[in-house]
Amino acid sequence: MSKTYGKLQVLRGVSVELTKGKVISIIGPNGAGKTTMSKCILGMVLPDSGDIKFKGESVLNRHAYRSQIGYMPQIGRYPENMKIRQVIEMVRDIRKNAPIDDELIGLYRLEEMYDKRMGALSGGTKQKVSAALAFLFDPQVLILDEPTAGLDPFAAEILKGKILKEKKKGKLVLITSHVMSEVEEVADEVLCLVDGAIMFYETIADIKNQTQETRLSRAVAKMMNGGTAL
Amino acid sequence: MNKLIKYVLYDIVRNKIIVAYTLFLLLLSIGLFQLGGSADKGLLSLLNLVLLTVPLISIVFATTHFYNSYEFMELLVSQPIRRSRIFMSEYLGVALSLSAAFLVGVGAPVLFFAPSTTGLFLVVTGVLITFVFVALAFLASVITRDKAKGIGIALLLWFYFALIYDGLVLLILYAFSDYPLEQTTLALTALNPVDLGRVMVLLHLDVSAMMGYTGALYKSIFGSLWGIGIALAVMLLWVIVPLLSSKRIFQKRDL
Repeated sequence: MSKTYGKLQVLRGVSVELTKGKVISIIGPNGAGKTTMSKCILGMVLPDSGDIKFKGESVLNRHAYRSQIGYMPQIGRYPENMKIRQVIEMVRDIRKNAPIDDELIGLYRLEEMYDKRMGALSGGTKQKVSAALAFLFDPQVLILDEPTAGLDPFAAEILKGKILKEKKKGKLVLITSHVMSEVEEVADEVLCLVDGAIMFYETIADIKNQTQETRLSRAVAKMMNGGTAL
Repeated sequence: MNKLIKYVLYDIVRNKIIVAYTLFLLLLSIGLFQLGGSADKGLLSLLNLVLLTVPLISIVFATTHFYNSYEFMELLVSQPIRRSRIFMSEYLGVALSLSAAFLVGVGAPVLFFAPSTTGLFLVVTGVLITFVFVALAFLASVITRDKAKGIGIALLLWFYFALIYDGLVLLILYAFSDYPLEQTTLALTALNPVDLGRVMVLLHLDVSAMMGYTGALYKSIFGSLWGIGIALAVMLLWVIVPLLSSKRIFQKRDL
């Protein structure tokens, strides 16, 4: 698929197949198109050309498939006047028949803050709400856009644990992240986007083998430098 | 659909503007009926003020509401709901709450002071005008992402329909005064929902006798059930066309 914003070409012919039961980390420099790619999958941004298929069916202009996706945005923006309780109840109301997994609500003790207005929450607490909402309906696919940015280390640990747990259940988890140590901890495969095109898509073990590095951050740096040299 | 409207309405009701709008209309109507003496006079003054303020408040309120609801819509588009449903819920939420304010603020006093067909027409016209201008407001809002620009476009639309258009019509009538213009004026009226509403109500008042040939033509057309039907249909077109076009734009844009 491809996407341009005005003159800026954000995605140039990205084509990839992602299979379930894996944690795939999308990395790349700022503005490489990571967020745009995940928004395309969600139908928030419509690609100029190309198609997105979910379980073999095109998702363009569809909506039902989103019941199987949980999304945690990079910066959660919520109606300021609504309370946490109302936001969660509204989304539950929309996805009425979905199974409920409120583990994160419990772990993050969101219930104690249920009556706070979204506008009054700190950035980190908003992220917790976003995370809880993403996992709430036990979706088959999780798209997490820089999930740990803004979370305190303790909350980030909880989230990582949850991601690994969901992976074991055979789900597909897409994470965009800049923190390599974190990628190494949770991800199986790394998809690297540079200037809107895929530079490489490999398993972490393969990347380390190819570059003869033990640390992922170095290995990735080597791969990216090698790539630009080509 | 109803579920979402519930949340949109909830958000609007918490916003005190709608309450202030209701009180404003209520004061206006009661004041005019108390001053006017006869019910017809009251209705006439009320008509003029309603046709000026209702479009203005509807279009400004709806535009600001749309931009303020961006977060709400962003939250919803990642959920399994059609975008058109999100859009229509927003529209109905705003249009219905503004109409409710109008019904309480103007409908109730009219029912009390001047219960007549003319009064009924005034109320129906007001509600239709509300729906028209909320639709125009949404069109202005989906055209641009910039809130200031959106409100600017909305205000321009109001200026055009409430003030400039009449000037243009007068200019045309004056320039072509040597020709028979009855049919033309009729067509020109249909091109402005505010004028259409005005004519619909005026023709049921005694003052229509003073409107000359055009008035007579209008009376012969709008006086019949047929003509009223057509006028209402044109009004509905004024709701549907901007609403559907803004819905189309909304469905195809990036959020």
